[in-house]
Amino acid sequence: MAVGIARRLAQLFHIKANKALDRAEDPREVMDYSYQRQLEMLTKVRRGVADVATSRKRLELQLGQLQQSAGKLQSQAEQAVALGRDDIAREALARRGAVQAQIDDIESQRQALVGEEEKLKLAAQRLQAKVEAFRTRKETVKATYTAAEAQTRIGEAVSGISEEMGDVGLAMQRAEDKAAQMQARAGALDELLASGALDDASRPAGRDDLQQALEAARGGSDVDRELAVLKAQVVTGSAPAALGQGEATRDRGESQ
Amino acid sequence: MIIRVLNDHQYDVPDTELDRLNRLDDVLQSAVDHADQAAFDRALADLLAAVRGIGSPVPDDTIVTSDLVLPGDGSSLEEVSALLGDEGLIPG
Repeated sequence: MAVGIARRLAQLFHIKANKALDRAEDPREVMDYSYQRQLEMLTKVRRGVADVATSRKRLELQLGQLQQSAGKLQSQAEQAVALGRDDIAREALARRGAVQAQIDDIESQRQALVGEEEKLKLAAQRLQAKVEAFRTRKETVKATYTAAEAQTRIGEAVSGISEEMGDVGLAMQRAEDKAAQMQARAGALDELLASGALDDASRPAGRDDLQQALEAARGGSDVDRELAVLKAQVVTGSAPAALGQGEATRDRGESQ
Repeated sequence: MIIRVLNDHQYDVPDTELDRLNRLDDVLQSAVDHADQAAFDRALADLLAAVRGIGSPVPDDTIVTSDLVLPGDGSSLEEVSALLGDEGLIPG
């Protein structure tokens, strides 16, 4: 029978475990040494889970910013359409499309990271349970057996948990690699957002070029409009009654 | 027979299923040899489904070595080749 992938992988794990067993003369020392390694590994895995969660939260923050952006661009497009300015609407929709593509990309990465995070959490729990079991067996072996007797009793426990640590270590590498990639991408995206290159509408002040174009189309900024209202009030204040009555009369006349 | 699926669980699988699993493992090996990612994805999914279908998960507090170790779900050909190519890659 050919040696397949599964057997070769198992052998690689066993080589690793046997190295740990060969290290000390007294097998009971091997157990102590292994237990120390297990505790270190547990600490590392828990830190790994926290690191991945941090990356995920940063992604979620960016996702929120981008969604706000997309929403604003959508409403700008609607305003432009209402003003009959399809050119501005088209520009807003094009930008919204670009932002949405980023959102979709980040969302799929976020889901992948959530998956890694969950798996790593489960791996940490499993390792915790095995470390507890190992500690119990270690105490029993130490209390009950001589060094020579202990040899056969601990082989399985040490190599079994060594295999578990190898697996958890791989999972952690994988998750941390993913998280590091996310961090790099998040950094690049933050710069893009800050520069306004991706989307001017994301600026908190909202004074972006689309907004200005919309205001121009509407006939000036809020300040301009308020000024016009003030002026109108001043004018109507001097002769309000005549103008108002005139129009009202005409309206009634048309409706009859 | 104990089979570990990386980044998942160990499974206790009846020895009677060994032939079937070996055949699936051969397909996986062939996909790795030919660097065929699509075939690898299919073969790995088949193998993992078989192990989970016929095996029962080993309890968390049981410490036991595995007779076979399988790459986890969604592993890439690259990752597996790297694992097989260098024993030093396995931490712990």
